[in-house]
Amino acid sequence: MLPNYASPIEHIWYWTFRLLCVLILIFLVSPLLVIAPLSFSADSFLLYPIHHFSLRWYETFFGNGEWLNALKNSFIVAPAATVLATALGTLAAVGLTSAHFPGKGVLMSILISPMVVPVVIVGVGAYLFMAPMGLTGNYLGLIMVHAALGVPFVVITVSATLRGFNVNLMKASASLGAPPLMTFRRVVLPLIAPGVISGALFAFATSFDEVVVTLFLAGPEQVTLPRQMFAGIKENISPAIAAAATVLILFSIVLLLTLEWLRGRSERIRTAKV
Amino acid sequence: MMSESLVMDAPLTAADGVPLAVKLKRQARLKQLKALGLIAPLALFLLLTFLLPIGLLLKRSVDNPEVVSVLPQTSRLLADWDQRGLPSEAVFNALAADLTRAREEKTVPELAKRLNMEISGFRSLIQRTARKMPLELAPGASVRDRFIEIDERWGDPDHWHAIARNAKSWTPYYVYSALDLRETKSGTPELAPEEERAFLKIFGRTLWMSLWVTIWCIALGYPIAYWLATLPKRQSNLLMILVLLPFWTSVLVRVAAWIVLLQSEGLINRALMGLGVIDSPLPLAFNRMGVYIAMVHILLPFIILPTYSVMKSIPATYMRAAISLGDHPFAAFWKIYFPQTVAGVAAGALLVFIMCIGYYITPALLGGPEEQMVSYFVAFYTNVTINWGMAAALGSLLLVATMTLYAVYSKLVGANRLSLG
Repeated sequence: MLPNYASPIEHIWYWTFRLLCVLILIFLVSPLLVIAPLSFSADSFLLYPIHHFSLRWYETFFGNGEWLNALKNSFIVAPAATVLATALGTLAAVGLTSAHFPGKGVLMSILISPMVVPVVIVGVGAYLFMAPMGLTGNYLGLIMVHAALGVPFVVITVSATLRGFNVNLMKASASLGAPPLMTFRRVVLPLIAPGVISGALFAFATSFDEVVVTLFLAGPEQVTLPRQMFAGIKENISPAIAAAATVLILFSIVLLLTLEWLRGRSERIRTAKV
Repeated sequence: MMSESLVMDAPLTAADGVPLAVKLKRQARLKQLKALGLIAPLALFLLLTFLLPIGLLLKRSVDNPEVVSVLPQTSRLLADWDQRGLPSEAVFNALAADLTRAREEKTVPELAKRLNMEISGFRSLIQRTARKMPLELAPGASVRDRFIEIDERWGDPDHWHAIARNAKSWTPYYVYSALDLRETKSGTPELAPEEERAFLKIFGRTLWMSLWVTIWCIALGYPIAYWLATLPKRQSNLLMILVLLPFWTSVLVRVAAWIVLLQSEGLINRALMGLGVIDSPLPLAFNRMGVYIAMVHILLPFIILPTYSVMKSIPATYMRAAISLGDHPFAAFWKIYFPQTVAGVAAGALLVFIMCIGYYITPALLGGPEEQMVSYFVAFYTNVTINWGMAAALGSLLLVATMTLYAVYSKLVGANRLSLG
């Protein structure tokens, strides 16, 4: 808030600045607000104004083999990739934070690099590497590469949670007679759970939104939702895409709310008096 | 003094008589091994799914298997050729034998395709010659003369130089081509003639577009981050959702939405025409403008989030102190607040730039031919023309650029300090 002694110029600046910020926020959300209503249009084109409302595009989405198959594939590949990335990433993060050794920084950089290497390179490389092994055009290859793309997020979030972790708790557990595995399961895991889950959500979102690697590795059987949307946007852009988009937006709202809830929970745990 | 001499005389030992220092060191080693054991599964997994594939891509950019595998005998003989005049009769003989075998094994097309990259027209020369195999030769006649009779280009040393140059299993050809260079006869690279250059322009375009997207992200992201950081928590949390929701929404959803907004029949053009601002639709989609708008939209949260968290850590009292000491609020902002945010913004901007140069989907869907960046051509050479060498060379150069910037980023920020929101 502006103090009483602010000059007129400061007043003008203050309100211009706010207006600017509101405009930028509108820029950020407008695409999502614009596409959702079109999914209820009865017309065959993705155009405003909407003359009649109908659910026909949802019928297309949920009644059409192609879209349903894509949805099914996405729900096969993304959870599998998430489980793989979360398990491997969590173990590695625990290892990375538990001891000091030479080359740790470099190792961390390598483990995180799938996040920055252009996906086209990952896709072409994976194709070259996996085609001779028969891993293209099947689920396994796709799941593995998607997991590799999701790993950095798990490593980052879990390491961040572990940095705020009180090591004495592990020592206490050990001194009370718990073997290391039990300590991990009953003491460490519950405390780092918010970090693990948010890492898993990032990994899930990465796979669920991934299209480039899928373009190279997936056969016609493995077409995922983003891949189907890519083809849809490229070839004939119909309101069925708006229906798919709306389903995805609702899904991302669920993801976001879960993540915010987790963040709040972990903040409460961290700031709670011990 | 006493204790010091005590330590000197008899080192502290554990219960089993082993010196404590040794025991501690052993314990630390064990801890390191355990840590490495926990990291090993992921390291192995990434090696298989990520590092080896990329290594293979790098190798493919210099791979040159065609001539060596299709013309093994010729290749071996050409290695000893003095490069002057035409090769000996023995080389022509070897070529005849190699081509005969290649015809049986149906490997002629790949050889023809590869050599055609060196000299255009080589494809037809190889195919035409291979069709004449096996050679029917009058006794005592020269194989060399017979070849030149089939096609006089076999009498041209340049064609032989091209074969000799590729008679080894690796080549700088693709990497040179990706940089618009070509190999001269002496083996040194030179810039290709103006009309044959293509890729330097594409690399330049990629960097240029990434730069502009990054600049726009800073320009739009900084004010939002500042506003969110200075608002009361309840309000800023609410507005933060408006930043995070698009961040979590599928990129394809957003691209589709921007097409709805920007196309010539789209909402923005309709609105502007309805208001009488313009008479004919503005070209907003399927050009540079559309790509910029969508990419800034996609990458904006990546600069808002780190900038916001840096700004959150700056105490509000600093600015107040500067103003109470007589600074104008703008001056206080510029001299006190802004310098403290530079590092955070720079790190975010570098990350955005790194992500930009690898972009493929957005330009592919929202741009025209003049907006395609390096990634598009990697995919193009992989899927459309099936030229693995070119795809790998362009990919390798893109990778080198990305990794260099990433190394700078790691140095500046520290990869382990990277945080998500």
